[in-house]
Amino acid sequence: MSATDGAHPAAPTTGAAAAPTPGAALAPTARYVPGSGETRRHVLIAIVNNRPGVLNRVASLMRARNFNIESLAVGHTENPDVSRMTITLRGDDYGVEQVGKQLYRLIDVLKVQDVTAERRIEHELALIKVRATNANRAEIVTIVELYKGRVVDLAADSVMVEATGTEDDIDRLVELVTPFGIRELVRTGSIVMLRGAQTVEFEEKV
Amino acid sequence: MTITKGPTGRHVPAAGTKAAKDVERARTQMLHEAKPRGRTRIGADVVLEALLRQGADVLFGYPGGVILPLYDVLGDYPDLRHVLVRHEQGAAHAADGYARATGRVGVCMGTSGPGATNLVTGLATAQLDSIPVVAITGNVPSALIGKDAFQEIDITGITLPMTKHNYLVRDADELPRVMAEAFHIARTGRPGPVHVDITKDALQQETTAPHPSEEEVAAGLPGFKPNFDGHPKQLRTAAREIDHAERPVILAGHGVLVAEAWDDLRAFAEKTQVPVAHTLLGIGGIDETHPLSYGYMGMHGWKHVNKAIQSADLLIALGMRFDDRVTGKVSTYAPGARIIHVDIDPSEIGKNVAVDVPIVGDVGRVLRALTPLVKARQREEREAYFAELAEWRRESERASWHGSGAWRDGLLSADFVIQRIGELTDHDATLIADVGQNQMWLARYAGFRRPNSHLSSGGLGTMGYSMPAGMGAALGRPDKETWAIAGDGGFQMTLQELATLVQDRIPVKVALFDNKKLGMIRQWQEIIYAGNYHSASLFGPDYLKLCEAYGIPAFRATTPDQVDDAIRAAQAVDGPALVWFEIAEEQNVFPMMPAGKGLSDLIEKWGGADE
Repeated sequence: MSATDGAHPAAPTTGAAAAPTPGAALAPTARYVPGSGETRRHVLIAIVNNRPGVLNRVASLMRARNFNIESLAVGHTENPDVSRMTITLRGDDYGVEQVGKQLYRLIDVLKVQDVTAERRIEHELALIKVRATNANRAEIVTIVELYKGRVVDLAADSVMVEATGTEDDIDRLVELVTPFGIRELVRTGSIVMLRGAQTVEFEEKV
Repeated sequence: MTITKGPTGRHVPAAGTKAAKDVERARTQMLHEAKPRGRTRIGADVVLEALLRQGADVLFGYPGGVILPLYDVLGDYPDLRHVLVRHEQGAAHAADGYARATGRVGVCMGTSGPGATNLVTGLATAQLDSIPVVAITGNVPSALIGKDAFQEIDITGITLPMTKHNYLVRDADELPRVMAEAFHIARTGRPGPVHVDITKDALQQETTAPHPSEEEVAAGLPGFKPNFDGHPKQLRTAAREIDHAERPVILAGHGVLVAEAWDDLRAFAEKTQVPVAHTLLGIGGIDETHPLSYGYMGMHGWKHVNKAIQSADLLIALGMRFDDRVTGKVSTYAPGARIIHVDIDPSEIGKNVAVDVPIVGDVGRVLRALTPLVKARQREEREAYFAELAEWRRESERASWHGSGAWRDGLLSADFVIQRIGELTDHDATLIADVGQNQMWLARYAGFRRPNSHLSSGGLGTMGYSMPAGMGAALGRPDKETWAIAGDGGFQMTLQELATLVQDRIPVKVALFDNKKLGMIRQWQEIIYAGNYHSASLFGPDYLKLCEAYGIPAFRATTPDQVDDAIRAAQAVDGPALVWFEIAEEQNVFPMMPAGKGLSDLIEKWGGADE
């Protein structure tokens, strides 16, 4: 997604492809209303200035423009001047393109890229505190280990599990430990990196 | 009253005299020395130096506790004319009016807390209409931020969604950069308001930080690089579409005025022989007497214009944003048209309406690049099309016009009064609309010919806008007559600024359209809410006595034959004046597109035949 190249990659054609002859009956097809198409999950990466208040600007814009964020993760990068946000949200392609364009209006947003169609690693981290007894603790640990989770804390009546992986991986692990009783659950939201040599970086226009 | 301007175009009191030369010398010293008049340079100096560097000559403001350090040094900057308003909302609207009338950045300021929140309506007005304004507010000392100190509020949190950008500055050394960025951001690309909130200690802090150059400012904003030139491939595609269109219509918006592209628009329209419809804020982009000017579109636009859009095969949208007041129901909007959309803000493209040929760029630059690519047409080639358009126009202009000046039983008709104001000011005055019926009558009947001669709060629809904005317009363009066109509702929202007109001798003429109603509310309640009137009638004072109390000459017209004399009497006043037009109470603005309906669903009449 680029705000400045003038092209419009996802623009569907409007209701009237063929120009009607003067006086002829107009095409009955209704004009497409942006944002009214089929929704799917999108993953956006935003490179932003590492300054106070930038997260607030992004979150405020999302709220004001009625975009529904599923998750937002933000953190430092190899460059101390910039932070990187990973935003997952649902919307139709046209509507999500509008999200990117609106984000570009923020002075502190340097780059936005929709990586939904890219080959990528998309992981989040979860901490799960599961109820445990002497009778079932071993069972819980086995399940967790089979799922590449890690037990990071043990107490008399609970086990704290750390898990990383895709959203689905974690959903499945949560499902499996739910019968034991979840006392507390916290998830970071996804962070994303493209596979291979590709990177998402801000290159200043000269 | 005349305002004397120095050779630089700034307002210089008593130009040519020794006093004025002293002013110039002081200003030069101030700009070149870090320590003017033997005291140290503080943050407040940086702010005012920055205003001068940016070419500001007037600022509208209201003092208060934490911004007093700035007022303490303001007297050292005689080139900056400070207009003391009566309410900060007036300051923001005045800065906005100044910007719209001149095309330059307007400046307003206020103190923390209520001073700042009072600016908010004005900033939101500027944001929705893309007006370059820099608003400066004081804030409590940085050590007190977050402590709920006296007159403390999180004002940058408040202005965040209604400004193009905002800053909270706690260190005077940051001020040169921030002030320069504020002006750069406000006027570059799609303009907009920028808010700079400065803590009291930063205003008082000594600093020697130098002002950055424009290049340094741009280099320091890597995330802000608007695209000015249209993509060549898109331009070629657009030219092909235009060459093949049989029933094209240009939709000229505010972008034409922002880009100062009125000559480019005319050249393009003439070469392609495409009729030009305009939006509310696009008024003035083309002289309405031009043979290719077709008129005002949208909810209360001309029926013939909306009909042309609905039957078009190509819409060429130039610097407009397909607002809901323009399109009505999108799914039935211009059903047979392909759309070329030119806008400098990529987010406007595809936001409200999906388009076929998007072009991101400055309207002027795009038109200058596009015009050579399109085929030249002769008027005769579109004979049938133009004949049909002319027929529609004759019909629609006849339908709702009260040429006699009388509406039902001889009551004064508002459309007639507007037409007379346009005529008697030679269609050259700056006319500022308020919001509601008066705004629509002004847009339809004044007959605009000059760019930036029509100011209107289009996006936010801010009642009370006209007179305060008129203050800015009159000071920005003292060479033009300035008329605020207000209804009695809007006028009563900000009439405290009458005092400012007097104290600062600002020659705004107010045309008060008094129907003792919130006219547009009454109209909606009559037509859409089945005549269930509530809170549509409002009491107003005797406006002649009100003006007398302020020392403002005022005139009154209640019948059509009094209208010209009253307008001329106000024009003859050297300074502010008011004309009280007592108009018909129940007149509606037609046609009207009910909310949620499409452009083809216009209501043209209601009740009696004499609408």
